[in-house]
Amino acid sequence: MSNGNKEVLTGHQVVANAMKQVEPDVVAAYPITPQSEIVQYFSQYVADGEVDSEVIRVESEHSAMSACVGSAAAGARTMTATASQGLALMMEIVYIAASMRTPIVMTVANRALSGPINIHCDHSDSMAARDSGVIQLYGEDAQEAYEFTLMAQKLAESEDVLLPVMVTLDGFTLTHTAQVAELLPDEAVSDFVGEYDARHPLLDVDNPTTQGPFDMPDYYFEHKLQQVEAMENVPERFLEVQDKFNDVAGSDYDGLFETYRMDDADYAIVLLGSTAGTAKVVVDELRDEGKKVGLLKPWLFRPFPAEGIKDALIDKEAVAVLDRSLSFGSSGPLYLEISSALSEEKSKPRLYNYTYGLGGRDIKEDQIADVFEDLEDPDLESKMRYIGARQ
Amino acid sequence: MASLKTLAKREEKERKFESGHSLCSGCGLSIAVRTILNSTEGSVVASNATGCLEVATTRFPTSAWNIPWIHNAFENAAATISGAEAAYRSLKRKGKIDKETNFVAFAGDGGTYDIGLQSLSGALERGHNFTYVTLDNGAYMNTGIQRSSATPKGASTTTAPAGKETYGKERKRKNLTEIVAAHEIPYVGQASISNLTDLSDKADKAIHTDGPAFLNVLSTCQLGWRIPPKDAIKVAGKGVDTCWWPLYEVDDGEYNITYEPKEKLPVEEWLKPQKRFAALFKAGNQEAVEEIQADVDEDWEKLKKKST
Repeated sequence: MSNGNKEVLTGHQVVANAMKQVEPDVVAAYPITPQSEIVQYFSQYVADGEVDSEVIRVESEHSAMSACVGSAAAGARTMTATASQGLALMMEIVYIAASMRTPIVMTVANRALSGPINIHCDHSDSMAARDSGVIQLYGEDAQEAYEFTLMAQKLAESEDVLLPVMVTLDGFTLTHTAQVAELLPDEAVSDFVGEYDARHPLLDVDNPTTQGPFDMPDYYFEHKLQQVEAMENVPERFLEVQDKFNDVAGSDYDGLFETYRMDDADYAIVLLGSTAGTAKVVVDELRDEGKKVGLLKPWLFRPFPAEGIKDALIDKEAVAVLDRSLSFGSSGPLYLEISSALSEEKSKPRLYNYTYGLGGRDIKEDQIADVFEDLEDPDLESKMRYIGARQ
Repeated sequence: MASLKTLAKREEKERKFESGHSLCSGCGLSIAVRTILNSTEGSVVASNATGCLEVATTRFPTSAWNIPWIHNAFENAAATISGAEAAYRSLKRKGKIDKETNFVAFAGDGGTYDIGLQSLSGALERGHNFTYVTLDNGAYMNTGIQRSSATPKGASTTTAPAGKETYGKERKRKNLTEIVAAHEIPYVGQASISNLTDLSDKADKAIHTDGPAFLNVLSTCQLGWRIPPKDAIKVAGKGVDTCWWPLYEVDDGEYNITYEPKEKLPVEEWLKPQKRFAALFKAGNQEAVEEIQADVDEDWEKLKKKST
């Protein structure tokens, strides 16, 4: 980045900083590990007069998202942050927020869903929201979490999108660890996000609107199709937002997913979030040994960039999809997407599903190397494998 | 203090709530809503919990509301309006809007006493500048007359019906007005659709109070109460005149009884016209009626003590 400021910061700090720089009109949030410190840092910025926002310290996550819907419908730029049980509790209203086309930006510090209760990372919380109608962006490190939080604001407010955007970062792995991150100057962020003008704000008392009315079977279906259409507009708008962001930040975002040493790879791993960092190290090591391996990491999970990912994987020998959540009685959520993306193709890679990292279980370099080794076996049985679990 | 004539004139000038909705004849909800909205000349932004009022007034693409109105879900009318109110404060401070606006949340007893109690309590404690109105008809009427914690002792509902072994709900209802008063907010009022000037005065005070205000309004349901639609006002009035539903306010912590019946009627006068209480008058249930009377007497005496 050209004019940035390199610092050693935690995931909490970079997200709070992004929120400060966006300067939302309203933040409504409730504490939960491992999200709490994001809102704590932000609240301190407010207390010190560094940002002009109303913070609603609600009595539950259900009320957090409910207040966000009220605020965003009112015409205010609105943000929240949560994790795990908090997201589960607000889920009813996450669906409503999407259907009411409220451009709320929410951080999810990924944490396993109960039970058993566990405060550590997996993706079961955000995956439970994958059919809610919110856009989902998965960050690999503090830098991406910071940049996606900024980009999310523009994406959410795009006129033919107007949907909530969930930006996830792995709980503890990213939220609680200090990493080198490069922050933009405040003015650059202000210029990038610009002013928000809601189209039909509830607070326009001279032009009263009825928001959230009751649909019978004669209209419900069409209203859902409007959400479908909005979701379909996301990829193009996200690319435009990336272009604009690159201009400001000097970054080089140019897609809906990241590929790492994929061009001539025979074997590929697909996964989301912070484990990509470990996987890249493994890819480099195996490449040094002459193995043709690569990594694909979706940034955007909803809407799922199926077409592009299909093109990136189609010529591979074998692909392992590593899911950090379960869909009991079925395959992992990410695997299902990849499998669906490739389903129409006659000639396609062998495809395998692994589950890893549930409830914060570590995944190490040798375990990822083992996956690449598995892929080399042309007779490898197709079944779910659980990395590092005692069975 | 606005007379009924003034309220009617205001409505003629600006119809905040239109006719043509599909609420039942004799429904107390529209009576309460119109009275409350006409009690202020200022603009009002409303949130509405899921329930009869929401369903019957906003069937897409129609709306009975000529004011900004938002429905989010069942249990969160208070949290939703608190978001809108916070947005208003923020945008006003930043100079992005300039008009003065009032905020009112409407919800039924199910949406308040039960599923929405936490959302209400949180919004009251946070001190948002809004008025929360509970339209209390004593059961989940929209879903088919199921028991709520506002259902009166002795009432038969579809989920706590009268039968061979019981006359219906055997527990006394929750005293929500006192629960809200315990939040020590600036204004709390208990009102009824039978006493419209009293309701209007309280709405006026509540809406123009700085900070959170609350109104608990007794509202009829002809289906749930099993009364003729034409008797709605009369029957609600019996609730007031028996002191089963006293009209009072807690204004900055000070209790005032705003209407004292000339003659406190026996509670049977409230119970008998409503068929939901019919089982109370069958052989063997006299004791329950006496218990209800004893509860009313005790609560009334307590309230009188607080108001002196």
